[in-house]
Amino acid sequence: MAKRPEIYGVVAEFEDPNELLKATRAAYEAGYRRIEAYTPYPIEEVSEAVSPHRNRLPLIVLIGGIIGGLAGYALQYYTQVIDYPMNIGGRPFHSWPAFIVPTFETTILGAALSAVFGMLALNGLPRPHHPIFNTPRFELASRNRFFLSIEASDKKFDREQTKEFLASFAPRDVSEVDW
Amino acid sequence: MSTNNPDKPEETTRVPVLRPGYTFGSITDKIAAIALGRKTPIGWLIGFSLSFGVAMMLFYSIGVLLLKGIGIWGNNNPVGWAFDIINFVWWIGIGHAGTLISAILLLFRQQWRTSINRFAEAMTLFAVACAGVYPALHTGRPWLDYWLFPYPNTMGIWPNFRSPLIWDVFAVSTYATVSALFWFVGLVPDLATLRDRAKNRTAKIIYGMLALGWRGSARHWHRYETAYLLLAGLSTPLVLSVHTVVSFDFAVGIVPGWHATIFPPYFVAGAIYAGFAMVLTISIPLRKFYNLQDFITMRHIRNMAKIMLATGLIVAYGYMMEAFMAWYSGNEYERFMIYNRMTGPYWWSYWSLILCNVITPQFLWARKVRHSTTALFLISLVVGVGMWLERFVIIVVSLHRDFLPSSWAMYAPTRYDWMMFIGTLGLFSALMFLFIRFLPVISIFEMRTLLPESKVKEEA
Repeated sequence: MAKRPEIYGVVAEFEDPNELLKATRAAYEAGYRRIEAYTPYPIEEVSEAVSPHRNRLPLIVLIGGIIGGLAGYALQYYTQVIDYPMNIGGRPFHSWPAFIVPTFETTILGAALSAVFGMLALNGLPRPHHPIFNTPRFELASRNRFFLSIEASDKKFDREQTKEFLASFAPRDVSEVDW
Repeated sequence: MSTNNPDKPEETTRVPVLRPGYTFGSITDKIAAIALGRKTPIGWLIGFSLSFGVAMMLFYSIGVLLLKGIGIWGNNNPVGWAFDIINFVWWIGIGHAGTLISAILLLFRQQWRTSINRFAEAMTLFAVACAGVYPALHTGRPWLDYWLFPYPNTMGIWPNFRSPLIWDVFAVSTYATVSALFWFVGLVPDLATLRDRAKNRTAKIIYGMLALGWRGSARHWHRYETAYLLLAGLSTPLVLSVHTVVSFDFAVGIVPGWHATIFPPYFVAGAIYAGFAMVLTISIPLRKFYNLQDFITMRHIRNMAKIMLATGLIVAYGYMMEAFMAWYSGNEYERFMIYNRMTGPYWWSYWSLILCNVITPQFLWARKVRHSTTALFLISLVVGVGMWLERFVIIVVSLHRDFLPSSWAMYAPTRYDWMMFIGTLGLFSALMFLFIRFLPVISIFEMRTLLPESKVKEEA
């Protein structure tokens, strides 16, 4: 296992989303990769600036929905045709139109469950503690402040240089954050 | 909806969805203060105690029901479905507006949904909880209700999936699950705000646990937004399916007055109609007592009034078509059904229904009425009553006189029927009071995005 850096990273605090976006883009262009922005509400441009990444969630939801639908239909087929066939008004055992409604519902259920739990899993949540919470005034990240962190594990990270780099964007504050 | 109406531009453009002058900080503080305030308003205490007291009637009548069985209700033969199913359909319909606001209006990018979606979703959850009580108890042996679900059992049997009642089990339980997930996912960032703002240690720990460690990271937001949008996309067909399936409970049967193809759209429109009436019934006092007029503006109130008018007209069309098809079908049982509704022993329920659901909403054409919160509050109460009567007419009045005159009978609810119904009203409002006190009633993070400074300027 690689040696853990002395500190978690350096974090700059901004008051304006535009300044945060500028700094985030510059950090990415400067070659920093282990960067993360923290904002009180979703900002699409910032998400893209942090890492132009692919989002696997839609695929997970699609698979969840397909599994839900197949499982729902299979359950009905097995119970109504194989395990416990019942003659209801002379209709065929495999009366598929009647099976559509529960199949539809299980499809939605499978997709919705995978959307929520997939999102949480990809985000690594729940995670009660994270070093970023050691940042001074980080509780304002859920109110009106915007934070940009560069982690010490980044290849380009240098305690002094990175701090200077972040300070060049005139943030409100730059701080070193402990583990 | 009406944003591009050139005739009346002032009605929608003059009032913004959020009164100007707010900042990220002040929005956060104002909404969070309702949940985090140390002092509980005296009005809240009175309101909660009253509703909780009324909810006790529900628990008492459930207790009696478990001891004696459903014979304590007025249900008889032929009226085997009565208050239990009326109230079930009524409550589940009310829930629909919450999902409509949170999902469908999100997909249509209606910004005004933002300040009302949170409590409308809470309303959905509580309404579905109240609805669920009834069919669960109507089975007669509620302790065996798990038999409704397909699970391998020693009896070697399975539920019959060709029955609309089993479809209903799937539709309602999926709806309850997805609504709860949608609501909770929407709450997570706001719970993080409450965690960060709470002064009290216990509150901090509880909100902290519920917030799942949310830290507002840009990567997280990105997936969060995707998940939220997908959930909205999934909830949209789901909500339309729920009342459709509820209407199948009737439409698949052959009872005159039930066996109609118009039922699914007519039920869905009625559900949204009743739901918006309930959202107005809640939001008008809520914005007044908590001074939220800056967030829940007259624009919200008016838009909801317009949706109520539109769905009210669809419902009126449904009533008209029911009568027309009864005549046009040439079927004597169908004709008798509508004749019996209009002039039979329950004539008062049909004509009160027309008065409440067809005549009353016509006042909403007048702008003056749409601008008056008092008028809207009264109209939404009347619509709530009307939608309840609609289910009474469909269920009791259709059942009490079907094919064979020898099996006709009258139905009268007992005091336990009334206690249960009024009790669920108490349970619903008690849950609403708890929600208002402990959770953010308005989505804080979505309100932040309504501020002009939230948009980043693109530099070329």
